[in-house]
Amino acid sequence: MSNAPILELTDLRKHFNLSGGRVLKAVDGLNFNVKRGETFGLVGESGCGKSTAGRTIMQLYEPTSGSIKFDGRDVSKLTKSERMKFTKEMQMVFQDPYASLNPRMTVGKIIGEGLEIHGLASGRKRAERVAELLDAVGLNEEHANRFPHEFSGGQRQRIGIARALAIEPKFIVADEPISALDVSVQAQVVNLFKKLQRERDLTYLFIAHDLAMVKHISDRIGVMYLGKLVEVAESDELNANPLHPYTQSLLSAIPLPDPEQQKSRERIILKGEIPSPLNPPSGCPFRTRCPHAMDICAKTMPEFKEVKPDHFVACHLY
Amino acid sequence: MSTPLLEVNNLRVSFKMHAGEVQAVRGVSFKLDKGEVLAIVGESGSGKSVTAQTLMRLTPTPPSYIKEGSILYEGNKDITKLSESQMRKVRGAEMGMIFQDPMTSLNPTMTVGMQIAEGIRKHEKLSKSAALARAVELLKLVGMSNPEGRIHQYPHELSGGMRQRVMIAIALACHPKLLIADEPTTALDVTIQAQIMDVMRDVQEKTGTSIILITHDLGVVAELAQRVIVMYAGQVAEQGSLHDIFYNPRHPYTWGLLKSVPRLDTDKKSELSSIPGTPPDLYAPPKGCAFAARCPYAMKVCMENDPPQFEIDGPAHTAKCWLNHPDAPKVDRPIETGGAAHV
Repeated sequence: MSNAPILELTDLRKHFNLSGGRVLKAVDGLNFNVKRGETFGLVGESGCGKSTAGRTIMQLYEPTSGSIKFDGRDVSKLTKSERMKFTKEMQMVFQDPYASLNPRMTVGKIIGEGLEIHGLASGRKRAERVAELLDAVGLNEEHANRFPHEFSGGQRQRIGIARALAIEPKFIVADEPISALDVSVQAQVVNLFKKLQRERDLTYLFIAHDLAMVKHISDRIGVMYLGKLVEVAESDELNANPLHPYTQSLLSAIPLPDPEQQKSRERIILKGEIPSPLNPPSGCPFRTRCPHAMDICAKTMPEFKEVKPDHFVACHLY
Repeated sequence: MSTPLLEVNNLRVSFKMHAGEVQAVRGVSFKLDKGEVLAIVGESGSGKSVTAQTLMRLTPTPPSYIKEGSILYEGNKDITKLSESQMRKVRGAEMGMIFQDPMTSLNPTMTVGMQIAEGIRKHEKLSKSAALARAVELLKLVGMSNPEGRIHQYPHELSGGMRQRVMIAIALACHPKLLIADEPTTALDVTIQAQIMDVMRDVQEKTGTSIILITHDLGVVAELAQRVIVMYAGQVAEQGSLHDIFYNPRHPYTWGLLKSVPRLDTDKKSELSSIPGTPPDLYAPPKGCAFAARCPYAMKVCMENDPPQFEIDGPAHTAKCWLNHPDAPKVDRPIETGGAAHV
């Protein structure tokens, strides 16, 4: 296993042109690396651009500028056959286990489709492979002949994971894979993600809004706000020493399932709402809600810099 | 002790469907005191929302019907026996409700002010301008900035958090004695959720209204509730004070729920504990304990006999689990209760 990152993003931008000449800067200059075999958690609130980032990395959107390097190669410069190989190595698990499975296909077909497209297995071999995958995600062989509507949300998410795993990718982008599930089922699916990672040397980009769960699954975490990364650090470090005021408020806003801890701790409750990404504030995007905002924050966007080893933050306080 | 605001006795609600009868609520009993904040927790399909909606008779009939039981309001009025026109006087005036999705629960064609005023004028003889003035007061109460301007805006001009504040203002418009909040923060971002929880606590302190909070989020429960009911498969699995449920839980389902949420102090490398399996089919609920099939402590008796509510140090804390029978084997609770606060 080499130490080179499997995914490198350099100043990645994705802007959408809307009617009336307005530009929505959904992702506005992302810089981070994902190391081989790790789980990188990307968190933020609605509209922060985390899902757009995931989709742009998957090449579902064409980036406006910046580069995405996967396994050392720039993915925007791939030939058709190279692209086929790229899609085989990177797969996605979606948020909504109801909308992301074709209701007219059997589970076996859904999971086996990738094998067919990439010419990896056919006939009995494909059926065997599907059975093996169903087993790996905690379902039964017999489930292959059933349709998605016969399954619960948690089981559907397992089917989505089996589909992503079918062609043995190296990298999985999981976009809010547990948000639609009940708590006890969330834990089942998170444990499954961890088990599969150990068994198959997978690298995950885990996108979510629930910092508590992301903290549990991730090795490193990136926090996004209005299209920009505001902080990146190792999961334990981010939890113990959050530097950016936004990260601090996010952590303190999670209600703890422990009444005494909850009552005794100090909480930062942010004022106001997230500004529209169509009309972001000048300078630092967080300054309108930041309890520490200074004059300079309205003028210049703070640089994203390493203030401690492996701990990056974009804030004028540091 | 004074009469409780609400007394629910052995409530059973079913839905008649083509495939048979879904027994959504199967014998729920609880009391709610004046000024109390009661949380009902449970996962999808546990019957928590149907219970809450039945308190206001909001489930559509057919297919739903109240099979059995009573809901005594202020000790004398049985909600289950009221006619639709009598119910209309109760809704809004006596009880207000906040829904999960503030976008689809507001009327998109009416200004915020008119929507709040509409509720007020339905129950009280007030001029339009007086009702609008009350609307401004209510928006102030829920922490809305610039309330005089906001009453002229339409729901689509507001963010999710502001819409939820409007919903709370509408629910409070006629000073109800009971506020039912069905997953009020689930659709919101975490920083906005914190704001709304603050508003709810503030409103409760200022108006003294009782609140029934329906949620699946134990963090929200820990933040707002005084008493907790844990529901599973249409029944009360356990009920007690906030302290009882978090620090002295007596039902394996409560243990499972508490264990499956990541805590700040959980070891990252350790597996989250999950509850294996899925809830039972409520078309044909099991004969014994509804949780037995998923319960790691299930005994023979659990498969055969539905457990009663066992009292734990008095009637305020009960658990529907055979492990609390005096002859039951002692099991070690698999969670460190008390959390870091006690260490």
